[in-house]
Amino acid sequence: MRRRVLPGLPLALGITLVYVAIIVVLPLAALVFKAASLGPEDYWRIVSSDRAFASYRVTVLCALAATVFNLVFGLSLAWVLVRYRFPGRRLVDALVDLPFALPTAVAGIALTTLFATNGWFGGPLSLLGIKVAYTPLGIIVAMSFTSIPFIVRTVQPVLEELDPALEEAGQTLGASDLSIFTGVILPLLAPALLAGVSLSFSRSLGEFGAIIFIAGNQPFSTEITALLAFIRLEEYDYPASAAIASVMLLTAFVMLAVTNFMQARALRYTARG
Amino acid sequence: MAHHGKGKPPRVGDNPVFRRTLLAFVLVLVALMIVAPLVVIAVEAFSRGVGYFAASIADPDTRHAILLTVVTALIAVPVNTAFGVAAAWAITKHDFRGKRLLTVVIELPFSVSPIVAGVSYLFVYGLQGLFGPALQSAEIKILFALPGIVLASMFVTAPFVARELIPLMQAQGRDLEEAATSLGASGWRTFFSVTLPNIKWALLYGVVLCNSRVMGEFGAVSVVSGNIRGQTNTLPLHIELLYHDYNAAGSFAAASILAGLAIVTLIAKVALERQGAGRVQRPSQLAGADSITRR
Repeated sequence: MRRRVLPGLPLALGITLVYVAIIVVLPLAALVFKAASLGPEDYWRIVSSDRAFASYRVTVLCALAATVFNLVFGLSLAWVLVRYRFPGRRLVDALVDLPFALPTAVAGIALTTLFATNGWFGGPLSLLGIKVAYTPLGIIVAMSFTSIPFIVRTVQPVLEELDPALEEAGQTLGASDLSIFTGVILPLLAPALLAGVSLSFSRSLGEFGAIIFIAGNQPFSTEITALLAFIRLEEYDYPASAAIASVMLLTAFVMLAVTNFMQARALRYTARG
Repeated sequence: MAHHGKGKPPRVGDNPVFRRTLLAFVLVLVALMIVAPLVVIAVEAFSRGVGYFAASIADPDTRHAILLTVVTALIAVPVNTAFGVAAAWAITKHDFRGKRLLTVVIELPFSVSPIVAGVSYLFVYGLQGLFGPALQSAEIKILFALPGIVLASMFVTAPFVARELIPLMQAQGRDLEEAATSLGASGWRTFFSVTLPNIKWALLYGVVLCNSRVMGEFGAVSVVSGNIRGQTNTLPLHIELLYHDYNAAGSFAAASILAGLAIVTLIAKVALERQGAGRVQRPSQLAGADSITRR
C-alpha cells in the first residue's frame, strides 16, 4: 500500500539545509579552503614543525592516559550504579553528568585551585613529590574530568539489560566470578565500552577550556594542539592557525568515523531483541 | 558444583568484600573528581566574605557579562530549537535522498573542537576570511561583537535539540500524523496537536541542555569575541579574565553563577528523565540513520 505523504517537507528541509549550510558547513569549508590555499610545502612545514609535533604528542598521550583512567573509573561507576543498591545512588547517578553541565572554564579554575601546590589535593601530593597543576598530569586530570560521563553512559544501558541467565550458566558450571566477568560479561560489554572509549578520547583531543588553566601552557611540554592554534591566531599568524586547526579537524573526522563504526557495533549488540 | 551453600547463588561481583571495595573506590573518586570541584567553587567564591561576593557579582563588568550571556542564549537557543524541530520533522516524517549524510552533518559540531569552530568562523567573517573585506566596507560587525558570539554558540549546540528529537520521533513512527492529515488536519495543526504533545519533554530536555552549553561555552566564543572587557566578554570569558587578574575570589564568584546553572540543569535533567525524556538510546541516532532510510 502506498504511504500517505505528510506535509511540511519543503519548509522543514529548507530551514534545516539553510541552517546547516550557514552554521556548520560554511565555516568548516572556509577553514579547509584557507588551509588548502597554503600550498603543500608551507602546509607541511607548519604542521610538522617541532613545536606542533610536541603539541600533538602531549595532546594524544594525555588523552590516552585520561581515557584509560576513565575506562577503569567509568566501568566501575556504571557497574556500581547498575548492580548495587546503596544510599545516595540516585544522587551519584545524577552527579555523573556534572562534567557535561559545568562550563569548561569553571571546571578549569576549580581543578587548578584543587591541584595547585597550595590546594586541597595539590598540597598533600606535593609532599609526596607529585606535581599536578602546570604539568602533563594536570592536563590528564582536566581531560579525565570533562569526559567522565561518556563511558558510564554508554555502558550503563547494556549492563542493565544483561541477561542474568548467562551468569547463572557460568556459575552452575562452577566458574569463578573473575572468569565469568572476563569470559562472559566483558565480551558483551566490549562494544559499548569501545564506543565510550572513542567518544571519551575524541572529546579529550579537542578539549580546550578546562585544560588551559591547569596546563601551564609551556611550548614543547604542556602546550596542547588546540592552544597552539589559538596562540598562532593571537600572533596574527593566520595561515599557521588554519593549518593546525585543519589537522585537528581531520583528526575529528577520523575519530567520528571510528566512533560511528563502534556505535553501530554497540547497537547491534544492544538492539538484538 | 556450586560453592555457595545457600539456595540462590549471588550474582557476579556480589561478594561482600569485593562489593565494599569497589563501592568505596567509586565513591571516593566521585567525591574527589566531581564533588570536590563543586565545593571548591563555593568555598573560593566566599573566601573573602559575603560582602566581597556580592560586590563581585554587582561589579558593572560582571553584570555586563551576565547580560551578554543571557542575550546570547535568548537568541541562540530559540533559533536552534526551531532548527532542531525542523530537522527532526524532515528526517523522521519524510523520505528523501541524503538523509544519512544530513544526520551526520548535524552531528558534526559534536566532534569538532570548540577552538576549531572559533578559528573556522574567523575565516568566514574575519578580515582574512571569505566575507571579511566585504563586511568591513559595508560596516557590518560580526566578529568581536554579538553576532559572532551568537553564531559560534549556534555552531557548538547545533545537534543538541535535533539529537533528542530524532530517535524519539523515529521510534514514534508516522501513523498518528498520517491519521491526522487524512482526517483533513493541516500540517501545522498536525504538528501542534499531534506531534508536539508526544515530544514535549524530549524537546524541553534538548532546550535545557542547549541553554546550558550556550551559557557555558568558552573555547569557540573565546576566539570570536575578542575579549573586550565590559563589551564582548561573556560570563565564561569574564571568569578567565578575573582569574588571570589574580582576582580568584571575584572569578569564583562569577563561576558560582554558572555552577548554580549547572546544578539547576542537572535537576531539570533528572526531572525530565522521569517524564521519559532522554531515554531513547544515544547510539541509535547515528547508527539508526540507516534504519530511517530503510523505512
